[in-house]
Amino acid sequence: MSNGPKTKPRLAVWLPLILFAGFFALVIWGLVRPADREVASAFIDKPLPEFNLPPATDERPGLATATFKAGKPRLLNVFASWCVPCAVESPQLAQLAGQGVEIDGVAIRDRKPDVARFLAQNGNPFARIGKDDLSQVQLAIGSSGVPETFVVDGKGVIRYQHIGEIRPEDVPLILSKLEEAAQ
Amino acid sequence: MTRMLPMKRLLIAFCALLLSPALAAQDSMPPAPYAYRQLDNPEQEAKAQALMETLRCLKCQSQSIADSDAPMAGDMRHQVRTRIAAGEDPESIRQWLIERYGDYVSYTPQVKPITWPLFAAPFAFLALAALLLRGRFRKKDQS
Repeated sequence: MSNGPKTKPRLAVWLPLILFAGFFALVIWGLVRPADREVASAFIDKPLPEFNLPPATDERPGLATATFKAGKPRLLNVFASWCVPCAVESPQLAQLAGQGVEIDGVAIRDRKPDVARFLAQNGNPFARIGKDDLSQVQLAIGSSGVPETFVVDGKGVIRYQHIGEIRPEDVPLILSKLEEAAQ
Repeated sequence: MTRMLPMKRLLIAFCALLLSPALAAQDSMPPAPYAYRQLDNPEQEAKAQALMETLRCLKCQSQSIADSDAPMAGDMRHQVRTRIAAGEDPESIRQWLIERYGDYVSYTPQVKPITWPLFAAPFAFLALAALLLRGRFRKKDQS
């Protein structure tokens, strides 16, 4: 411009403000779009590890890997009686079970009476429920919390992971993933 | 007619929440055997401790599993300790977890195509510094 013969110091004057604006934008962006804190399993498209869990309730048998190799896709639901969102997804699991989907449960760090009470309160959509007291199966399939639901195809390969409770709007997606796994 | 004050109503609702057993979003199981118990062999325990300090707790993501009291972190410590007691190499346990949870589970970065600048940067800076210094010394010599 006319009143400044040198252009270099001008830029230096504006630099702090530009830097500040940059940081400000970064902070706003972080506030508006918080980072995804969910840790997705890296074990998708890999075969279910070998396990054999004892029953978590007297009403249902325990759960072993062999069940998932019977040729039909199944859901593997990681849950616990002490987990609040696990009760929230019960109607959706019941709906899926009602449509002929076979669901197996893995109860994390749970006691038999607590599981029985949970099932009495929320219904029992499970064909089998394994008792995972040391989170061993949970760790082996890359699950980082409860509830989580895995679609496992008929050969025992994990095909899809749903993190968090299954909400009514998630049911069609789960069904389509099961259909995909059946092919 | 007695109208309940909003505060009072809130208080009652809060107490009801406290009393409901479902709100206890923690399990009642005792911690895993090796969650809080060290291995008898001090050498193995040192190895386990070193590894646990570099593994991320998945429930409380800015803590290591060595620092966290989350039940899942306890189960992960149990897993690490029993495997090390069985003679497994710490790095293979880390690899086992990375296979399941991705690089995020490890605080120690792995050399991979996407992380090589991390390892190359110190050498690049060193080379740059050497270059600049050489320029300086030359100028001094000339003057």
